[in-house]
Amino acid sequence: MKQYETVIGLEVHVELATKTKIFCGCSTAFGGAPNTHTCPVCTGMPGSLPVLNRQVVEYALAVGLATNCAVHQYCKFDRKNYFYPDNPQNYQISQLYLPICHDGYVEIETSFGSKRVGIHEIHMEEDAGKLIHDEWEDCSLVDYNRSGVPLIEIVSEPDMRSAEEVIAYLEKLRLIIQYLGASDCKLQEGSMRADVNLSVREAGTQKLGTRTEMKNLNSFKAIARAIDGERARQIELLGEGKSVIQETRRWDDNKEYSYAMRSKEDAKDYRYFPDPDLTPVFIDDAWIARVRSAQPEFRTEKMARYRREYGIPEYDIEIITGSKHMADLFEAAVAICHQPKKVSNWLMVETLRLLKERELEPEDIRFSPEHLAGLIQMADAGEINSSVAKEVFAVMFEKDVDPLRYVEEHGLRSQNDEGELKALLQEIVSRNPQSVADYRNGKQKAIGFLVGQAMKATSGKADPGLVNRIFKELLS
Amino acid sequence: MSILQLSATELSDRIRSGEIKVTETLDAVFGVIEAKESLLHCYVTLDREKAYQKAALVQRRIDAGELTGPLAGVPFAIKDNLCTQGTRTTCSSKILENFVPAYNAEAVTRLEAAGAVIIGKTNMDEFAMGSTTETSYYGVTRNPHGTDHVPGGSSGGSAAAVAAGECFAALGSDTGGSIRQPASFCGVVGMKPTYGTVSRYGLIAYGSSLDQIGPLTKNVRDCAAVLETIAAHDPKDSTSVARQDTDFTVGLDQDVRGLKIGIPRDYFGEGLDGEVAAAVRKAADVLEVRGAVLEEFDLSLVDYAIPAYYTIASAEASSNLERFDGVKYGYRTGNYEELHQMYKKTRSEGFGPEVKRRILLGSFVLSSGYYDAYYLKALRVKALIKKAFNQAFQRYDCILGPVAPTTAPRLGESLADPIKMYLGDIYTIAVNLAGLPAISVPCGMDAGGLPIGVQLIGDCYQEKKLLRAARQLEAGLGRKDGQGLTDGSEFGEVCHETV
Repeated sequence: MKQYETVIGLEVHVELATKTKIFCGCSTAFGGAPNTHTCPVCTGMPGSLPVLNRQVVEYALAVGLATNCAVHQYCKFDRKNYFYPDNPQNYQISQLYLPICHDGYVEIETSFGSKRVGIHEIHMEEDAGKLIHDEWEDCSLVDYNRSGVPLIEIVSEPDMRSAEEVIAYLEKLRLIIQYLGASDCKLQEGSMRADVNLSVREAGTQKLGTRTEMKNLNSFKAIARAIDGERARQIELLGEGKSVIQETRRWDDNKEYSYAMRSKEDAKDYRYFPDPDLTPVFIDDAWIARVRSAQPEFRTEKMARYRREYGIPEYDIEIITGSKHMADLFEAAVAICHQPKKVSNWLMVETLRLLKERELEPEDIRFSPEHLAGLIQMADAGEINSSVAKEVFAVMFEKDVDPLRYVEEHGLRSQNDEGELKALLQEIVSRNPQSVADYRNGKQKAIGFLVGQAMKATSGKADPGLVNRIFKELLS
Repeated sequence: MSILQLSATELSDRIRSGEIKVTETLDAVFGVIEAKESLLHCYVTLDREKAYQKAALVQRRIDAGELTGPLAGVPFAIKDNLCTQGTRTTCSSKILENFVPAYNAEAVTRLEAAGAVIIGKTNMDEFAMGSTTETSYYGVTRNPHGTDHVPGGSSGGSAAAVAAGECFAALGSDTGGSIRQPASFCGVVGMKPTYGTVSRYGLIAYGSSLDQIGPLTKNVRDCAAVLETIAAHDPKDSTSVARQDTDFTVGLDQDVRGLKIGIPRDYFGEGLDGEVAAAVRKAADVLEVRGAVLEEFDLSLVDYAIPAYYTIASAEASSNLERFDGVKYGYRTGNYEELHQMYKKTRSEGFGPEVKRRILLGSFVLSSGYYDAYYLKALRVKALIKKAFNQAFQRYDCILGPVAPTTAPRLGESLADPIKMYLGDIYTIAVNLAGLPAISVPCGMDAGGLPIGVQLIGDCYQEKKLLRAARQLEAGLGRKDGQGLTDGSEFGEVCHETV
């Protein structure tokens, strides 16, 4: 049995988090009614002209610098010509000849240690609109709201050898880009999309095999399954003495099988040429220096700092820094309440539990660091007890309520006024002579019954420790 | 004096002084149109009602003292590749027969803000591809100076309308000579500004790196006033340049003493008609008499301009015209089974033969395997041509030569041999490749009574020098404002006398 090595390269499209589109002032907001975020430019009306959004260059440059790329300081946009109704001009403005960034790499960690994955290039381009096929009316409609949304395409070198490496690479990219604030990188929603180029070759050989390109991969799990499936398919073909055809295949994750979309024979000639409507972009040294100096602390540095500064468990550090949003939340809450362990606990236990229950990602957390810190401070001050705190947190998780106000409005504040409490407990003592007698006769447990009565009488708002102490004083 | 004998700026002066009402000027112009348009066919679309509505508005603003510029109240014609909000814009193509833009071209917006009254959209070669206005889907335009002749192109409708008095001034676009050559054939002034001077926003692109919008006018002063009005930096056009020197009417009457004028020998070689050559040389002499210094020189590379131009312009056009696909607007074939058939039939039925020829040529030169040999090579030629001009402008303030090798050909003579038609652009296209400003000024008539134009080419941003020289030329040739234009008398009584 021959041994095969899998060779994988990725083309990753990332939707940038700009407020407006790449070549016009239309909103990039998701979910507007069809064709409401459009203008003559992004619908390809005659005579309209593109004007580059500077923030797109900033973001592309930031991602390039964070992935150790060289910069084409004189870069240009090219037209990629092809006819399709989701593409209103019938050409996509992209970059072929002088992409903004090139020749970079990222370090990935896998179970086999660390490894460098090369980045061939990063280029800027515009997204297409969306076709909606109306089967009842037997027609197709087009929504240009997404047309002109800025994308960067990150093209890797064929440096990956397994699904594990691919996932590690994607995770790494996702974190870098999220840390930069350049995109939220959600695979499910399509703000990060990966096409997998895969070939196999006999172990020990150098020559690359014929590759296929797989599309329609919208989760890390689907990517892993598609890689395993495509590897097996190619090895089987070669085992039968057949050859792999260079083609684009569409992965169907439900059927766990890919289907040929188009082969190289009908590959299009995109007739790329420099877009004469856009002037070249000059990126001077000062611009690069500015973007470089504005680069945030990335995950590795952040993890090291957490170890130094916060004294929380390694596992917590891993989880918290695994999401830029969670890390930001953590740091902001700690800055207010100065309780890193408690903040971390709320995130590790209750937050993760609720996220899992509702099938949400850390990026979906809605409560503010101020509110989390406030809750912790109230619990610390004994203003609420731990069961009330959990109850309030659950509401905060759903609606980001202000815990202080919520506690006041719902009368959840602990009853910790010693004078008031003493009167109440005295009454309980006088109503339960048997328990009092039992306690005085050495039955320590009997006090538990009295505490239970007190908690019931205060609807759980008394501090059990305080109640315990007062009972002991009353009965001594 | 008849309203129609006034130039645009003279007319506006009298409107602003209260001597003439804006509606009277429209009455005069529409009078000419009624008499001549059925024969000349300068316009694809006329909007009389809208023009009178605008005129009333403009009159109120003039009376209120809000409009004080030199074009207030002037009836204008706009080439039909410039978008006009609410008025259909066809590019003289079937494929845009019913296209009504929701926005104005920036140049149109600026004209209207200055109080110009747009009366209609002028005929042109389909998508500005042609040199005769004969490739229009809507029929040919006739030259007012000889109705068996073409008006030139592609801005033939605009040039003919100005020459015939069917408007007082017009906008055209110039990708390879499309303003200057019809101006020359129709005996009017036409100017192609430095690339980037006038916003291309709303100009339906042919060759984006070469296209510029410019004026076609009765005289040089009008030309300067129109250019001053439409030239402005526009953030909507990335190729638009922020210039500080767009006050083109200032210093217009300065003399040309000491102005150094280069005359390229290569522009007077084989193929140039004798009468044209003589008229152009006479124009040069006029400037010399007025103090300019003439010198002959070799520009070189002239023969390479045409193939480079048709490669670059067609390549850009093949991509620019992809959006006309029947999906979003314009013509869609009536009969199709699926998407690709819809594309093919729509475009096969919607585009005329010259447009198809250039789309095919442009697609070919951009194809993988041919890109380097054709498109890239053409870009290199373009750079060399620019260099040759740079060298010339180290020695000369401007370059003087013919606009076209001949006067206007007869209708039907040109389309049979497209190569011959392309060769007719030899003196104009290098200017577009180099992004330079150039002006065409009437300088005589041939024996058949057809106008001849002389071309003045300047270095980038040197429009003022060109306009000054053109103004002196106009004066020196004894051409009074408005003179030399047909007065319409051959079409019967159309002139509206004013007090």
